Amino acid sequence: MASKKKSDAKSETRTVRTAGDKTLDREMLHSMLLQRRFEEKTGEAYALGKIGGFCHLYIGQEAVSTGIIGQLRPDDYVIGTYRDHGQALVRGITPRAVMAELFGRIDGCSRGKGGSMHMFDRHTNFLGGHGIVGSHVPLAAGVGFAIKYRGGDQVCVCFMGDSVVNIGAFHEALNMSALWKLPVLFVIENNRYGMGTAVERAAAVDDLSKRADGYTGMDGIVIDGMDVHSVREATAKAIARARTESRPSLLEVRTYRYRGHSMSDAVSGTYRSKDELDEYQSYDPVFSLRDAMVVAGTMTVAEWDALEADVAATVQDAWDFADASPEPPPAALYEDVLVDTTS
Amino acid sequence: MPIITYREALNQALREEMSRDDRVYIMGEEVGVYNGAYKVSKGLLEEFGENRVVDSPIAELGFAGIGVGSAMVGLRPVIEFMTWNFALLAIDQVVNSAAKMLYMSGGQFNVPIVFRGPNGAALQLGAQHSQAFESWLAHIPGIKVVSPGTPYDAKGLLKAAIRDDNPVVVLEGEMLYNTKGEVPDHEYVIPLGKADLKREGGDCTIVTSGKMVLVAMQVADQLAKEDIHIDVVDLLTIRPMDVEAIYASVRKTQRAVVLEEGWEICGIGAQVVDFIQRECFDHLDAPVLRVHQADVPMPYAKGLEKIAKPDAAKTIAAVKQVMYRS
Ligand SMILES: Cc1ncc(C[n+]2csc(CCOP(=O)(O)OP(=O)(O)O)c2C)c(N)n1
Ligand SMILES: [Mg+2]
Repeated sequence: MASKKKSDAKSETRTVRTAGDKTLDREMLHSMLLQRRFEEKTGEAYALGKIGGFCHLYIGQEAVSTGIIGQLRPDDYVIGTYRDHGQALVRGITPRAVMAELFGRIDGCSRGKGGSMHMFDRHTNFLGGHGIVGSHVPLAAGVGFAIKYRGGDQVCVCFMGDSVVNIGAFHEALNMSALWKLPVLFVIENNRYGMGTAVERAAAVDDLSKRADGYTGMDGIVIDGMDVHSVREATAKAIARARTESRPSLLEVRTYRYRGHSMSDAVSGTYRSKDELDEYQSYDPVFSLRDAMVVAGTMTVAEWDALEADVAATVQDAWDFADASPEPPPAALYEDVLVDTTS
Repeated sequence: MPIITYREALNQALREEMSRDDRVYIMGEEVGVYNGAYKVSKGLLEEFGENRVVDSPIAELGFAGIGVGSAMVGLRPVIEFMTWNFALLAIDQVVNSAAKMLYMSGGQFNVPIVFRGPNGAALQLGAQHSQAFESWLAHIPGIKVVSPGTPYDAKGLLKAAIRDDNPVVVLEGEMLYNTKGEVPDHEYVIPLGKADLKREGGDCTIVTSGKMVLVAMQVADQLAKEDIHIDVVDLLTIRPMDVEAIYASVRKTQRAVVLEEGWEICGIGAQVVDFIQRECFDHLDAPVLRVHQADVPMPYAKGLEKIAKPDAAKTIAAVKQVMYRS
């Protein structure tokens, strides 16, 4: 089948990278670098058998979580998919708690019972990584429904992969969110593939953001997901719309995953080429911000080195902490099936 | 004591719980303007307004998920499925979202939600609209399943379900909505997880629930004329099951028949028989028998449908067999 590479991060959405406000840039650089190095460490831990099961790395997509979650309020809500480590970190779950969860230990953010795909944290309103493609999209609409029901001005951000736009739950949730004007940002992280299936081989629509056209009052926006400033700016408007007008938006953030779909998938191979990967890596969201800052004079090479060292220490600390954390005791098996209730 | 219908009893439960707690809302197809496909939510829109009585599009998967999401952050939704046949489109949200959330979040996010609607066969609705899903749902750890057979039980159990902090499935009976029974004026709640000995006999136990309770009561009436006296154990809650109530009755009668509306294979009765053989083996005077729907999709033709369904005659035959009478 002839395929047009329309949903391509290097096409019309590509923006020229510039540095911005120094403090914000540093924060964002730190946030993205932490995710990058954390995920690399996760890959190592997986190879050593410290982490089991399915494990999906976020490397390459860091600008999306940093650009969006970084501007939320503490009382806003975040929900997403199994590819959730980066989002969990940006939302403020500690690297220790995320790593301990990956290791299946008691100090994990889900007490070792969730694992890689199910990071949860009540304190940061992180409503989970969810493992059934598309199923969490209605949950996000439900969170928006609850916000509106209570007359609050929070927003709910729902991250999802590109393959979600083809599943029924997505459409049902978008329809009701538009119909009832729910304050939800539906964020498609279009990393070009759902496992090994390229977007154009699965979605009968050229721009995924056009899925919003079917729902009155819902804006569909295309965002360059390799540039954290673009992500932040475009999202700011959608957040404001949700907060002040209680209107949902559909954001298609064009990004790219550098690693395989999960740990068992080769980095490149049958469904994508090494050349393509190399090309995307040349737009790297972390290093391009760093370079822009160096050019703008808002960061020196020495400062970068210090940042790297700091992040490396944080990630190592997370590993050490996770490694030392006990496994959940056998008694935990029967805990948390139901809550005690007084009816 | 006032005598009201099963439908009115459910309606009262909804009204009382919505008045008691403004986090409780009801969502589903036709629940508002239309007053409910089976009129269970009659008058609620008028009383509580459209924020709390929400007419949804025909999108079971979507609105079940909206319910779960809203429950994760503090609301207490009652999600009405027009019938449980259509809830199959939403089963992912019941099984993968609601039932799993507390566990996979390490105890952080409970989901206080009720999924309710009519379950089981009515009359000549054909294969896709005549199914009893007790065993599908009761199979899942992380949810509770109740199946009331009388107006009194319907009201008390629905109220308890709404107050419960866990996901609760309420299986109503389409054929039960018009049935009548005594329901007191005063407030009451029936605790989940407790069976009710609906009738005391001593010769044989019938373990059952939901619509089949009415069949079991008929059977008990009829057999009493033949001097066979039946203990009718109404499970009320299928998960968690009140096994002690089953054991107590079976140890007394030493014979049991399990009567259920659904299919045989992997049915509720199979589980009950397993509990009985494990804990009451030495007390049994006969193998435990089961009465259930024929192992076929429900036929439309009246005569075929009748023979496919579990009924009083089949149950009487089973009781006589375990009593070695014929
Ligand atoms: C309903 C469902 N079908 C299939 C799967 C198996 N599966 C897990 S991830 C995935 C691909 C999803 O791709 P995408 O939505 O683009 O997200 P990405 O992994 O790229 O972040 C598939 C098919 C699943 N988890 N759920
Ligand atoms: Mg993808």
